[in-house]
Amino acid sequence: MRPKSKGKSMAKVEFLGPIGREPIEVDISDLKELKEIFAEDAQLKEWLKTCAVAVNDRIVASLEHPVGPQDRISLLPPVCGG
Amino acid sequence: MVLLHQGPLPVDEIHARWYDSQHEHNYGAMASFIGVVREEGGIEALSFDIYEPILQSWFEEWQEKARQRGAVIVMAHSIGDVPVHRSSFMAAIFSPKRRVALEMLDSFVEDFKARAPIWKYDVIEGRRLYAADRSTPLPHSGILGV
Repeated sequence: MRPKSKGKSMAKVEFLGPIGREPIEVDISDLKELKEIFAEDAQLKEWLKTCAVAVNDRIVASLEHPVGPQDRISLLPPVCGG
Repeated sequence: MVLLHQGPLPVDEIHARWYDSQHEHNYGAMASFIGVVREEGGIEALSFDIYEPILQSWFEEWQEKARQRGAVIVMAHSIGDVPVHRSSFMAAIFSPKRRVALEMLDSFVEDFKARAPIWKYDVIEGRRLYAADRSTPLPHSGILGV
């Protein structure tokens, strides 16, 4: 992960439900870069296979999706309500 | 409206409130569903996490579908632990004639199971275990995977 530069606004990543991790901040311009960052995280790898990704609470279909410094990215594992 | 409630749902109270809020609006049918936690696999309770912003937008899509057919949907879901034999999920649809409410309730509950951002855990001996094998990946899942 790139070091956080002082005072710079960065996108936030939230790990929802059972993933059970604290949110992180990342300096990226699209989701492809997030995939590169996560590629080094063996623990997260299993979750990523089945997680949906939302940017600002809308589920996105493509890694081409742009990400700005104010954006909030959420990882959503498989669901089971009711 | 989506009602989120900490712990088991007060079924009688919610059901009565829904009926009271709509029965004078000339709907000919109220079709309701009450989900009850079953005792199986040695569980004491189920437990739930909810991501509210996406639940609300998912529900609003359904409310719009209902509105186009002259119907109204209401639902309630628990957050946290719900012991066996108590209710964690309720939904009801009001429509001018019964077929719309009965058919829409079926597709609403099925889509809820597949798309509502809610995570379920079995509670066994006080431990909370994610119900991975009963869970469904959301649309477009896995795009960050290898």
